[in-house]
Amino acid sequence: MIAYTEKIRETAQRLLKQCQVEMVIGFRAGSMPMMNEPCFIRKPEDAGQLVWDSNCGINLANYLTDRKEGKIGIVAKGCDSRNIVTHILENKIKREQLVIIGVPCQGMIDKRRITRKAPGEILEVIEADGQVTVKTATDAQTYAKADVMQSNCMVCKHRNPVVHDEMVADPVPEQTDVDPYEDVKAIEAMTSEEKWKYFDELLAPCIRCYACRNACPLCYCPTCFVDEAKPQWMGKSQDPMDVRTFHFLRAYHCAGRCTDCGACERACPVGINMRTLTKKLNKDCLDLYGWEAGLSLDSRPALDIYNPNDPNEFIK
Amino acid sequence: MKVIKIDKTEWTKGLDALRGDYRLFGPVKEKEYCNFKELAKGESPELDMPNTRLSPKSLVFPQSEAMMAYSLAPGEDQNICKEVPKDYSPRAILGIRPCDAKAMVLVHMNFDNGDYQDPYWLNLYNASTFVGQACDKPCGTCFCTSAGSGPYNEQGLDVLLSDQGDHYLAKVLTEKGQKLMAAAGWKSEADGQALAGKKTAAETAITSQVSTDRLKSLDTMELHGADFWEDISFSCINCGTCTFVCPTCWCFDIQDEVYGKRGVRTRNWDSCMFPIFSVHTTGHNPRGTKLQRLRQRFMHKLKYFVDKYDQGIMCVGCGRCVQQCPVNIDIRKVCETMNSLDSEKFCAVQQGK
Repeated sequence: MIAYTEKIRETAQRLLKQCQVEMVIGFRAGSMPMMNEPCFIRKPEDAGQLVWDSNCGINLANYLTDRKEGKIGIVAKGCDSRNIVTHILENKIKREQLVIIGVPCQGMIDKRRITRKAPGEILEVIEADGQVTVKTATDAQTYAKADVMQSNCMVCKHRNPVVHDEMVADPVPEQTDVDPYEDVKAIEAMTSEEKWKYFDELLAPCIRCYACRNACPLCYCPTCFVDEAKPQWMGKSQDPMDVRTFHFLRAYHCAGRCTDCGACERACPVGINMRTLTKKLNKDCLDLYGWEAGLSLDSRPALDIYNPNDPNEFIK
Repeated sequence: MKVIKIDKTEWTKGLDALRGDYRLFGPVKEKEYCNFKELAKGESPELDMPNTRLSPKSLVFPQSEAMMAYSLAPGEDQNICKEVPKDYSPRAILGIRPCDAKAMVLVHMNFDNGDYQDPYWLNLYNASTFVGQACDKPCGTCFCTSAGSGPYNEQGLDVLLSDQGDHYLAKVLTEKGQKLMAAAGWKSEADGQALAGKKTAAETAITSQVSTDRLKSLDTMELHGADFWEDISFSCINCGTCTFVCPTCWCFDIQDEVYGKRGVRTRNWDSCMFPIFSVHTTGHNPRGTKLQRLRQRFMHKLKYFVDKYDQGIMCVGCGRCVQQCPVNIDIRKVCETMNSLDSEKFCAVQQGK
C-alpha cells in the first residue's frame, strides 16, 4: 500500500509537472481512523498529499461528472474504473479528458465491521501484510484483512482497472471462487411475507439524508425525482412508503449501470445495506443479458440498446 | 442546589416511580449504536455506551411532525386546517449528554425569541425535563470544551448525573429537576465533593479542540470570499448527513401532503446541503453549487450565528458530523481554517487577481 502511495504521488507529480493534466483527483489522509478524504491536486508540489490504503472506498468517478477541465488525472481502482467507463458511455465525461491512474485493488476495509468488533473507541488502524491491527485505548486486535473487508470487496471479480493510462503496480489476481450473489439468492428464496419484513427492517433506520444517492457516481441527475417540485412526485416525510419508493426507484435507475462499488452502503450514516436492491438488478442483468456494467467502452449497457437476442419469454 | 445520591440498586425502582408522572425517553441500543427512544415499561436507558448516533434533537423537533390536518371532502370542515392533537404530557429525557443539552439552549434562541415563538418546538421542550449524564469517557472526536460546552456542563439541564461506580450523584439544577427527583423518590442528600474531581478529569480527557477566538472579528465578506472553500468543498457529496445528525441544525421545510381527500401539513427536517433548499419559485437557485451550500453551513455555524447572537459558535463539539461524514469533512479543520484566515494575504491575493 505504501508502494502504491509512492507511485501515485510520483505519477501525479509527473503528470502535473509535464502539464499533461490540470488536476489530479485522488485521496488525502483523513482526520479519523479508516477515513480518507477525496481531494484534488493542482500543483506538482502538493502531490505528496496523495495517499492510498484500504480506506479509499469512496468512488472517485463521482467527482468527474460534467467536469470542464480539459485534462484530469484520476486515481482509479477496479470499480472506479468501471464507473468511469459508464460515465464515458453516458456522456458525463470524455475519455480524452482523462488520464486514468489505475490501482490494482486489494479490497477496502469495512469501517463498520471493524467498529463492531472493537471493544472501545478505535484510536488507530494499521494495515500490513494482509493483516489489519485495530488499536483501542485498552487493547490491540489483529484480523486477517479478508475478514474485515467491505462485503462487496469480498465478492469482487474486477479488482483491476478495466481502463487505464498508467498503472501503479502489476495487476492483482482476480477472485474466481466467489459467488457475488449469495445474499441475493437468499432473499429470492424468501416468501413474500419474509421479503416484506426483510425490506421493512432494512429501510427502517433511513433518515433520507441521501448519502447513498449522493455517493453514487450513477446518481448525477440535475434534479433527482425525490427533489422534483414541479410537480412533486414524492412525499418528503418519514412515511415508510416514501422511504421505500426512494430506495426502490433509485435502485431501478441504477439497473444495468451499477458496479457494486459499495459507495452507497459505505456512505450511509445509519448502516443500511441498500446494495441488496441494486445487486438483485445486477444479477438480473447478468442472468438475462449476460451483462456486467462498465467492463468495456465498446458495448452499450443492457438497458440502453435493443438486441434481437434479448430474452422475451415474458411476451405471451 | 442539592446533590442527591442514587444507589444503582434504587435506579430502576425510581424509574418505575417516574413512569406514573412522566413518559420516559433515553438512549436505547439498536444493533451497535444507541438512539433516543421512548423507554418501554421496565426498560432502562443505556448509559454505558458512547453518545447516540443521532442527536436527541428529534425529541423536541421530530424529523417529520404533523402540524395540521384538513379535509377536502365537501362538508362543514372542508378546507379548514385543524391542529393535530399532540401529547404534551410531561416527559423525562434521561441520559442526554451535556453537549446535546447545550445544543437545546442554542436552538432555543431560534425557536423562542422576540419575533417568533414556535409552538411545536416550545410545547415539547417545555414538557421535557432533561436529566443529563456527565461524560467521563469522551471520544477522540469530542471537542465540547472549546465549543462552549463540556463533559459536566450544566446549561440546558435540570439534573446532572455523574456515575460514581455503585451509585450516581445527581446534581439538581432547576425546580423541574427537583420535581422529578421527588417523583422518583430519590432523596438521600449527599456531599457533592466527588463531582469536582471527576469534572476536571473529564475535561482533561478531552484532547480535541477548536480555536474560535478570531471568528467574530474577521470580516464576513473576506471569509465568504476566501479561496479555501474550493478545497474544503471538493469532497462534499451534498448529502444531509451532517445536518441531520447535528444537534444544533434546526432548518425545516413545510409540506402539504394529500391522500385522497385528507391532507396533512407536515414539517420535515431540511438541509442546507440539498440543492432544493434554496431554490426560488422562479427556478433560480442562489446557492446553485455545492461550494456555496457547504460554505453556507459553516458560515452559519461559525460566523453568522456568532455575529447575530454573540453566544459563541453554533456547534457544541459533539463530533457526530466528524464521525459520520462519508467523505471525512471535519468541522474542526474547517473551523481552524476559518479562524486562522490571513486577512492581509487574502487581500493581496484578491488584489492580484
